[in-house]
Amino acid sequence: MNKDKNIQNESNSNPPLGVGGWLRGIFDLNRWQEIWFTITHNKSRSFLTAFGVFWGMFMLVVMVGAGVALQRGMTANIEGFATNSCFFWTESTTEPFKGFKKGRNWNIVNEDLPILLRKVPELQYMAPVLFGGNSANNTSRKDKSGTFNIKGNYPSYNKIVESKMIFGRYINDIDMTERRKVCVIGERVYEVLFAKAENPVGKNIQVNGIYFQVIGVARNKSTVNIGGKAEESVVLPFSTMQQAFNQGNKVHFIAATALPGIKVKVIQDKISEVLKSQHDIAPTDKAAMTAMNIEDQFTMFLYLGLGIGFLIWFVGMGTLIAGGIGVSNIMLVTVRERTKEIGIRRALGATPRNIITQILTESIVLTIIAGISGLMLGVGLLQLVGYALSQGDQFFKDPQISFTVGVAAFFILLVIGTLAGFIPANRAMSIKPIEAIREE
Amino acid sequence: MITLKDINKTYDMGQASLHVLKGIDLEIKKGEYVSIMGASGSGKSTLLNILGILDNYDTGDYYLNGTLIKNLSEKQAALYRNEMIGFVFQSFNLINFKNALENVALPLYYKNVSRKKRNIIAMEYLDQMGIKDWAYHLPNEMSGGQKQRVAIARAIISKPQILLADEPTGALDSVTTVEMMKVLSELNSNGLTTIIVTHEKSVADETKSIIHIKDGLIENIERK
Repeated sequence: MNKDKNIQNESNSNPPLGVGGWLRGIFDLNRWQEIWFTITHNKSRSFLTAFGVFWGMFMLVVMVGAGVALQRGMTANIEGFATNSCFFWTESTTEPFKGFKKGRNWNIVNEDLPILLRKVPELQYMAPVLFGGNSANNTSRKDKSGTFNIKGNYPSYNKIVESKMIFGRYINDIDMTERRKVCVIGERVYEVLFAKAENPVGKNIQVNGIYFQVIGVARNKSTVNIGGKAEESVVLPFSTMQQAFNQGNKVHFIAATALPGIKVKVIQDKISEVLKSQHDIAPTDKAAMTAMNIEDQFTMFLYLGLGIGFLIWFVGMGTLIAGGIGVSNIMLVTVRERTKEIGIRRALGATPRNIITQILTESIVLTIIAGISGLMLGVGLLQLVGYALSQGDQFFKDPQISFTVGVAAFFILLVIGTLAGFIPANRAMSIKPIEAIREE
Repeated sequence: MITLKDINKTYDMGQASLHVLKGIDLEIKKGEYVSIMGASGSGKSTLLNILGILDNYDTGDYYLNGTLIKNLSEKQAALYRNEMIGFVFQSFNLINFKNALENVALPLYYKNVSRKKRNIIAMEYLDQMGIKDWAYHLPNEMSGGQKQRVAIARAIISKPQILLADEPTGALDSVTTVEMMKVLSELNSNGLTTIIVTHEKSVADETKSIIHIKDGLIENIERK
């Protein structure tokens, strides 16, 4: 017993609680042994509890990753495609006007183009297009032939629907002015008419019996196609096509973009108005001309993407919160089971903070272990799916979550774990030591 | 050391109330060895719980080392319990999933003593209690006497000024009871104020004063 005094003096010589002490408490091995005991004491219950959080996080990660992949796929599909554009083509009139009956067919003509440029100053690019049809074997070279789409384009078309040149160049202003018999062919046309790795530039092909010199091979950057697939198209200078194929002054289609900061709706309305005025069409005849506003459609896709994103987070968070409620519930049961233990601890000097920290830590650890497992499995699955789809359809591209989302998910877990432990911790604190100790 | 003045305690039992302590006046000096005796329901355990700041009293004053113990916050009460009071219970109240060493070291954990240091100290206390070899055994692997020795080691490890024992021999056989009383006597002889609640005359006879409680009042104090 004489040792007693010395030992007790020693034990009392420890420094009071401070930041260092608090940190020491956090990293105390006994604390983590206790947490591990609590979690592993009833394995099946802990597993089922944790599964809610695990599944919530797994679903959130997979859904966010899928959402990202859809967005990336969509972005890839419209790469090089001006989203501030609109397209126009004519239809039969549906209203009589200025002596003309309804049902009249009409065409946009070359003479409309300078008027449009003058009267619609908000135009950035305007590209009239001519379609030449795709009669059987309309394109040939030596003994090779194929059926392809023939189009007449302005150089500015490449500003609206951008192509990547594999060989040579795109149509330019001189081709237009001199009505050169040149053409830009799509990748598929090149594969059919030329040998592998053969440079087609400068070689001649026949289009509907007329020779054209190949000046380039183009690949569409986006998957958006106008007037048939770009890889299966032969593009001629607009002016050359009009002349060579006896199209007169007809324009089949107009692609246009608005200046930066100008809504596409502005040029859409103005172009429609000018064309109707030029061709004696009733201003109220909406069906006489189709105007497709890509900006509107893109905005709709954008909102759809945002909506899907919101839904993903809403559902994912809901599932996670449900998991958190499960953790909270089970922690309440645990606190109830450990009432006596908590009472003993309090009798031995555990402060309210000690008890709250203990319960909260257990809740947070359980939530984080489960959540991180869900996060890792989700990321792993996304990697697998991404790898499997990397060679295929680009509509679903590179599914993964960003580092920021990962960090956010971790903090969400922390918050859910804390909230899940909050009620049980308060319940633990409300236990009176004497009542707890009496409990058998 | 301990001064109680007109302590009253009533328990609310729904519509009725139970007046357990009806004006207790008591003074216990430092180093005293006191037992509190009384029949079941006499209020002796309630008095001990109030002395141990495990329970509140309604009216009166309780001074511990000159400090009025009243309306303490939970944190203050915890600090007092940790620093000044050691508890020994009839049912030992050891934490089942912790071994003897960890149970004994627990009060030091709440004093923020490092794990290594508190284990060294706890081992010395277990040695002092003669159960060093049982340090890594869980409570359910020990006998009643061994458990109570662990409980005593835990009660004194933080160098309390008072040791409160609530029926410490209630769950022990006669031989172990004698051993346990010897341990408590030794602790008291080293200057530790020891207060035992018991209904066993033989246990009370080991102490230097016996406070008889009846119906919530001190009937008499028997000093030897």
